[in-house]
This record gives sequence, structure tokens and C-alpha cells, in this order.
Amino acid sequence: MSRIFKNPIAVVGLGLILLYVAVIIISQFWLPFDPLQMDTANMLQPPSLKTGHVLGTDEFGRDILSRIMQGAGISLLISVSATAMGAVIGTFMGIWSGFLGGAWDQWIMRLADILFAFPSLLLAIFVMAILGEHTYNVIFAIGIVYIPQFARIARGAVLSVKNNEFIRASFSSGANKSYVLVRHLLPNIMMPIIVQSSLSLSVAILLESALSFLGMGVQPPYPSWGNMLSSARKVMMLAPWTAIYPGLAIMLLVLGFNLLGDGLRDIMDPRLRNVQ
Amino acid sequence: MARYIFRRLMSLIPVLLGVSVIVFFLVRLIPGSALQMYLGTQVEATPAQMEELKRIFGEDKPVPVLYVEWLGRLLHGDFGYSLRTGREVLPDILQRLPLSFELTILALAMSLLIGIPLGIAGAVKRNPVLDVLIRITGLLGLSLPQFWLASLMVIAFSGLKGFIPMGNYVPFFQAPLENLRMMLFPALAIGIGLAAVIMRYMRNSMLEVMQMDYIRTAEAKGLKRKVVIVRHALKNAILPVITVAGFNTGYLLGGAIVIEEVFALPGMGRLALYAIYQRDYSLIQGIVLIVATMFVLINLLTDLVYATIDPRIRLDVKKE
Repeated sequence: MSRIFKNPIAVVGLGLILLYVAVIIISQFWLPFDPLQMDTANMLQPPSLKTGHVLGTDEFGRDILSRIMQGAGISLLISVSATAMGAVIGTFMGIWSGFLGGAWDQWIMRLADILFAFPSLLLAIFVMAILGEHTYNVIFAIGIVYIPQFARIARGAVLSVKNNEFIRASFSSGANKSYVLVRHLLPNIMMPIIVQSSLSLSVAILLESALSFLGMGVQPPYPSWGNMLSSARKVMMLAPWTAIYPGLAIMLLVLGFNLLGDGLRDIMDPRLRNVQ
Repeated sequence: MARYIFRRLMSLIPVLLGVSVIVFFLVRLIPGSALQMYLGTQVEATPAQMEELKRIFGEDKPVPVLYVEWLGRLLHGDFGYSLRTGREVLPDILQRLPLSFELTILALAMSLLIGIPLGIAGAVKRNPVLDVLIRITGLLGLSLPQFWLASLMVIAFSGLKGFIPMGNYVPFFQAPLENLRMMLFPALAIGIGLAAVIMRYMRNSMLEVMQMDYIRTAEAKGLKRKVVIVRHALKNAILPVITVAGFNTGYLLGGAIVIEEVFALPGMGRLALYAIYQRDYSLIQGIVLIVATMFVLINLLTDLVYATIDPRIRLDVKKE
């Protein structure tokens, strides 16, 4: 854990993420303006300190900074839940597959192959089309995309650890399967799962914002970064700030998770550490 | 090689069958049948008419039977009829396909043209500042939401005449130059993320190869550095990059869905969105099937290219 703090890339990534967490906590108690309150007298105001609309207002006169701050919570909630869903189900399937082997392994991995045959955004859109537009369904749609990815990684990790001496030693000293699984296998496959989670979180934010941008994610008037960009399309030629800042908010958070994931991978893989 | 191709083609069959099962049964999960949706709440039909409609909509038999019949029709190129327009689904999809395909290929070309030279430069010129810069740029490229980049391009370049396609799309075979000009920014918006990935892989792979003994030998026997890099190192270093590029081509195809919407390009992505907004499930079914099949075929093609370049892959058939 202390090695994270020696890796500048991971530190910057973690810093960015914590910044967003702080913004989300603050937004629960205080926002510069009411993010849903329309104010037709102040439509499409450019960013200015004088009016208090630091990042300007949108086509309904709503404060963009307040909407970005409120959208942060929704985006992060969806991304974290979706990744958690994919990671838990996928890892469970992967461990099952790798640990038990045999017919189960075959079936689970073939199922993963089939899910891999869909480009992730298309699969998410398809699932959304079937479930209908609702915030909970976005979590489900992105989570499904992740299940096969985590299943493969967990299975690979289990296979590489399974035949080690210490696992066999544990079995021969009388441990049963579930004991070995929890005490020996899980701790040894956690690292690749954590790295994948960080990278998946970054993609989840992008997927969520793309879905909302296409009108299939978080529904207006509730702000999400994606639907802010979507409604900005009508006015962005007149008021570029309506499009610039929500996108910047997405990019910096995604960058945070990418930096953290990249740094963690460095720390984990000594081979890459030397290559730089 | 022929045996390898055959083996890989055979392995596609279960995957594609699985895809068709998933697409068919997921659409069945939608509450309310296609028929009910078609009729709406206003239309009254007599029992006899209902029977006839049920037959037409294929709701008169158990689901597994319907699946087999549906699959049979698919294999004959019959993808069914749109629930909204009543037109055949497949010709409409095929008409939109070339644009999305062109966009994907151009995006791939962009990402290779940007990613490979930058990756090589990063590996050859060992300089700590440049290293960090390349790494950060790479991660930034990965973190850019494509549709945001596309929106920014529209804002920034809408003044440039002919570059931003806004409802005045011309097909490639009609006016190649104009077409390429208006595809430039959309392709760039889709490709930039993959360019970042390719740059990173190219750099890492190049660094690894440059440490090999045979590179040192080549340098020791007095070859120019340029020759060593291009003739000896690049040839081996580019292998993993090809795989990465190939496997990501499918994701470019997915990216095209959003980018077509931003630039108002009449491709398959926009058709898919239209189908979803209209709840035209037979059209959605058709598009998802076609895209997934293309995705699988592109991955196969990547494997084959890789096997052609690297004989170890195709000769190692038994090991797997």
C-alpha cells in the first residue's frame, strides 16, 4: 500500500479521484445555485465571477457549475455500482471456473466468449433498449459488459496460482476447498482484480456519459455530465461553455482512474517497472 | 495455414449461435409483445384478425420453435420486417453499413498513423521528460470522451467550409475528396483514443525489442541506427501492436454509433439510435446481429493477419 505513495502517477490519479469525492460530499450540503431552478432572465450567461455563475449558465438559465457538481454524484454512483456488479459477479464466475474446472469451466468461458462478441457500447445500448431508460438500468447495462472481463481475469489469476506448492500443502494438511479459496486463493488474485476495477471505473464513466448523451441514461431535468453535453448540442455554437465544462469534468475523473490504474499496474508488475 | 483458418472459422460457429440466442431471447424479455406494441391501445382487432396477426408476427408457437424458425430465416438472409415502416430490415441496414465501415477504417488508419510514429519516437529517444509527456498524453487520449471531442471539433471548425458534415453527407463513390474531407474530423474523434493505446503499446514493445541481443549485434556490426530501428526492431516490435489495433477495431465500430450522431452522419449508428427511440425491435435485433458478426469477423481477421506474420502462431495448433 505504501508503494502507491511512491508512484507519482498513482498519487496524481488518487488525488484527482479524492477531489471529486470531496466535491460530491460538499454538493450534498451546499451548491452555488439550485441545479434544477430555471432562470429565464439569465439564459446562456457566459462564465463570470460577477454574476456568480463561475462556469456560466445553460439554455434554461441553470448554473452549470452546480449541475456539474450534482452530476458528479450520479455519474460516480452509477460507475462504482456497475463496476462493483461486474467485478463481484465476474470474479465469482472466474474463480468458480478456474477452481473447479471441467464442464463448468467450459460453459462459463463460452458464455464469456459470446458476451465478448458485442462491442461494449453496443451491448450497453442494447440492454438499455430492452430494459428502458432508468438510472438503475444503466448500472445493469454497464455491469453486464464487465462480467466477462472480470471472469477472464479472475480465472487466469486462479489458474496461475492454483498449482502452487502452498495450495497443495494446504490441501494436504487437511484444509477443505472453501478454506483454501478464502484464505489462500482470494488474497493472491486480488491485485489484478483491483487494477482492472480502476481501469473499468474509467470506462464506466465514459459509457455512462455516452448513454446519457444518447438520451438513454440519466433523464433530464436531473443533471448528468452526459445529458448536459447532449442538451448543450443545440446551443453550443452560441455558448461553447455549455459543452466545454461538463466534458472537462468527465475527462478529469476518467483520467484520475486511468492514472491510478496505470500506477497500480506498475507497482504490481515488476517486469514493467524496469521497462518504464 | 489452411488448417488454421478452418479451425478458427469452425470456432466461430458456437459464438455466433450464442450471439443469436442472446439477441433473440433478450428481445423477448421486453414487456409486452411486438404485436401489442404495433397495435397500440387504440386499435381493436377481431379474434380472427388477431390469429392472423399473431401468425405474421410469429407469436403463435412456443419460443424455442420460434427461435429455430427465426434462425432458419436469418441464414437465408431474411432479417424480418421493421415494426414501424413495414420495410425489410436487412436492405436498410446494408444501405447504412458502408458509411460506418468507412468511418471505422479511417479511424483505424488515423490511430495507426498517429500512434505508431509517436510510439517509436518515444522508445528511441530516451529522455525522461519526453517519457512522462508521452505517458500522460497517452492516458489523456484514453480519457477523452469521444463525443465531447467531436462536439469541440464542431464548435472549433464549423467555420471551415466542407469539413463538418451537417446533414449534407456525400458518399465516397459519388465525390471521394469531399467525402474524405467531411470524414476527417469524425474519424479523428473516434480514432484518437485508440491512437493513445497504440502509442503506448508501440513504445513498450519497441523498448523491449531494443534490449534484445540481436539488436546489439546489429549495432555492433556497424549498421546505421536508422536501419537497425526500421529493419530489425520495428518488424518484431509491431506484432503486438497489430493485435491490439485489430481487437480494438470493433470498439471503433461502437464509437461510430455516438460520433455519427454528433456529426449527423447517416450511418448504422444513427439507424440503431432511431430504432431504439422508435422501439423498432426487429430493426434493433438486425443491427445488433450484424455489428456483432462484423466484430467477430474483424477479430478473426486480426488473428489471421497475426498468424501470417508470425509463423509460431499457426504452427502451434496442437498446443492449444
